[in-house]
Amino acid sequence: MTAKVTVEDVHRVAELAHLELTPEESGRMVKDLNAILDYVAELNELDTSSVAPMAQVSELGGSGASTGTSKPRPDRVEPSLDRAAVMREAPETDQAFFKVPKVIER
Amino acid sequence: MKIAETFVEKPKTLAELCADLTAGRIKAVDLANGYYQRIEKVNPHLNVYLSLTRERAMAQAERVDALARKGDPLPPLAGVPMGIKDVLMMQGAPATAGSKILEGYRPPYDATVVTRLESAGAVLLGKLNCDEFAMGSSNENSAYGPVRNPVDPERVPGGSSGGSAAAVAANLAAGTLGTDTGGSVRQPASFCGVVGVMPTYGRVSRYGLIAFASSLDRIGPFAANVRDAATLLNVIAGHDAHDATSSPAPVEDYAVESDQPAAGLRVGVPAEYFGEGLDPEVGATIEKGIEALKAAGCVVKPVSLPHTKYAVPTYYLIATAEASANLARFDGVRYGYRSPHSATLAAMYSHSRNEGFGAEVKRRILLGTYALSAGYYDAYYLKAQQVRRLLAEEFLRAFAEVDAIVTPTSPVPAFKLGEKTGDPLAMYLADIYTVTASLAGICGVTVPCGATSGGLPVGMQVLARHLCESTAFRIARTVEEASS
Repeated sequence: MTAKVTVEDVHRVAELAHLELTPEESGRMVKDLNAILDYVAELNELDTSSVAPMAQVSELGGSGASTGTSKPRPDRVEPSLDRAAVMREAPETDQAFFKVPKVIER
Repeated sequence: MKIAETFVEKPKTLAELCADLTAGRIKAVDLANGYYQRIEKVNPHLNVYLSLTRERAMAQAERVDALARKGDPLPPLAGVPMGIKDVLMMQGAPATAGSKILEGYRPPYDATVVTRLESAGAVLLGKLNCDEFAMGSSNENSAYGPVRNPVDPERVPGGSSGGSAAAVAANLAAGTLGTDTGGSVRQPASFCGVVGVMPTYGRVSRYGLIAFASSLDRIGPFAANVRDAATLLNVIAGHDAHDATSSPAPVEDYAVESDQPAAGLRVGVPAEYFGEGLDPEVGATIEKGIEALKAAGCVVKPVSLPHTKYAVPTYYLIATAEASANLARFDGVRYGYRSPHSATLAAMYSHSRNEGFGAEVKRRILLGTYALSAGYYDAYYLKAQQVRRLLAEEFLRAFAEVDAIVTPTSPVPAFKLGEKTGDPLAMYLADIYTVTASLAGICGVTVPCGATSGGLPVGMQVLARHLCESTAFRIARTVEEASS
């Protein structure tokens, strides 16, 4: 868990996250990620082999959303946002669909 | 040395505002205009508001005045001038989340909390500055420049809801909303000397909130006093069909409950929050607050939270993992910034994100993506989720012994602008007393408890178990009365 992050690792992760870093940014990120990961390695001091992971807290204290008190809503069509209002905010549309640059080269 | 409190001004209480309006001593329209004048004068110094929603505010103020003229009973927030953190949606108004990637975006709908505030008569003046996507502890990560602390403009207001805290401290609003993922309401409230509330996870609907870390994000109010903060929570709390994580549990009248004396309540003091790294003046101020609780008849006793030191690493793994997923939606397709001159879809994604996001947001997306990636998932993300359970269970054990737990909200008072910007890890450690409660989903209130010899506010954090906001408010009221 104390594996050192290399500049190649940063490039690989940036690609997964659809980020493109400049060489200066990559250098800085290598340094910062290593410092942060060294710090979080403290968690290895704890034996958690018998602890179930906790993904959300609603189970804990009656905040209720997942305790069975909350029923799914009936499955029926309800009004939603007006398409024109949504499309107005997009960088490029033909009013019905979002437009993006070419996906497949041929 | 006493700092000149150039921009600090206490707003009228909600009860005073309501009495003024009901008796016809002031009109909501004049009140709103007065606030806009003060904003015009003070905002250039503090950078609190990113945009103003004047037309909508004045229309609302006129509606309130019409009600008052008819002699109808006024709703609980009638005419109350408020500001909203810029991660929350108001239809047609900018919602930048402090990021360039959302510059110019105007959402087509209102957040549930916005709808609820306006139904209760509040006049929403504008949108408040914050760290980009609520990621930060000093408000220095905003793409639109830092907010300055009204108590001392050379210092940070805290973050990420720095604008929401500073607006109340400088009377640029009588109340505000912020969001708290790891301390983003509580820490800035303590830095600016105001009251801030992190409600229980699920207590307030998040429909219309730009998500950062969905298992942690809460919306909470800021006010100049505990009773007003409780009144604001009354209005925004409750189930919402638009948010599946919102709790169906009934909402108590927090304002009325906050009037109850705290005598007899059992208050725990965890030694882990008073150790290395705590500024001695902050520690002494909190000790005085604890003495006041004893004098008011609270039963103060030590509690043990031995895993506390693991909370910051746990928090930063979970919050960044969730952020990396939530922020995937900013891709230049449906809203916000799209980089020009991209020949392919993949290039358009990465150029838009790279040009639109700031350094801290990229750092957290990378850390989160790394922690979730093949080969590292078990070692980082899964491990953090396991430790999260240990931290939450530890709180529940402590709450079997006590009704509330009190700690300093932050180990230090407001620091100088630029002091921590070069070292992300040092900035993360500013959240050391707030992140554990975030991970456990419990509620907390921060209340001004005194000041350092330099005049910087010190906040006490009052934590209570899930859905026990009333208990936290009662303790906070007692501390407030003793320190004012």
